Amino acid sequence: MLIAERKPMEEILEMIEDFERILVLGCKGCVTVCCAGGPREVKTLSTLIRMDRKQKGRKVITLEDSTELQCEPESIKPVLEKMANQYDVVLSMACGAGVQAVAKLFPDQLVLPSLNTNFTGIAEEHGVWTEACLACGDCILGRTAGICPVTRCAKSLLNGPCGGASEGKCEVSKDQPCAWQEIYHALKRLNMLHYLKQKPQVKDWPVHPGRVVREDLREVEAT
Amino acid sequence: MDNFEPLIAVFSCHYCSYAAADLAGSLRIQYPPNIRIIKVPCTGRVSVNHILMAIESGSDGVYVAGCLKGTCHFIRGNYKAEKRVQYVRDLLSEINIEPERVQMYFMSAAEGNKFAEVAREMTEAVKKMGPSPLNKSSS
Repeated sequence: MLIAERKPMEEILEMIEDFERILVLGCKGCVTVCCAGGPREVKTLSTLIRMDRKQKGRKVITLEDSTELQCEPESIKPVLEKMANQYDVVLSMACGAGVQAVAKLFPDQLVLPSLNTNFTGIAEEHGVWTEACLACGDCILGRTAGICPVTRCAKSLLNGPCGGASEGKCEVSKDQPCAWQEIYHALKRLNMLHYLKQKPQVKDWPVHPGRVVREDLREVEAT
Repeated sequence: MDNFEPLIAVFSCHYCSYAAADLAGSLRIQYPPNIRIIKVPCTGRVSVNHILMAIESGSDGVYVAGCLKGTCHFIRGNYKAEKRVQYVRDLLSEINIEPERVQMYFMSAAEGNKFAEVAREMTEAVKKMGPSPLNKSSS
């Protein structure tokens, strides 16, 4: 899932400074799971905004709602249309994709982000997340025992470790395990060490921005 | 300001501080009438939004009173509450409200005296701070 964190209040308050009617729009997808922008966090942020304005003696109306998935147009539309003309600005609590999806669907509506999207990651424990996937578009996890060297190796090396690792730790940080050492041990545990002897990898790196088209799923014009 | 009587919301655990409040009453121990007790099944049930709602609704201070560490009926509820209280304090700092307005206390069901003492301590502390910034602008 995508991992995000709320922006500092100072930055959020500055962005919404000129507006009185604010729709705080959460997302029930990834950001709910990582406790950054779900219905609960929408309530927290709305309360903080109201409390800040009350201190300053300024009026504010906060509307609170959450889309099922803010990156899906059909999930955004009913929520925003339900409250049409009741707000001046949408303060999105979704990831960057969610913010852009709203902006694209409602081009005349100003949408502001209240989260910083950090990475695609996994939960190590409740409250701790680590980066797991760089969405490189050419997955090699099948050869690396489910450990991604593109993400977890500081140099994204594809064919084994560099010379910088020491005692199983990466040279960029003593807290970061060497991904390739982990891959070696995992393959050894799985009796798959011969995977390391496969031909060197040449990777088909993607061109950004990416675009995926599935003709079988696209709308068809009835003739 | 000298006559300022703060309103303080207390999230009180059924298994300890609520019983302690009951005991304080039975023992006829006086404590300031500024506190309003909200009984919860466990302080682990108190969420960040509950505390923020209490402040937004006009409380000058809020404290969560849970079991002594290691004695929570639900094992970890009071530890969770302590972390959430700290989180709320950080949130309040971000919007320039004194974080000291929100506190966490631990006590056992047998500590009627401590319940009264905490109520006095918190009332005094909030009195010194004055009304919540949210209540100042509305008055």
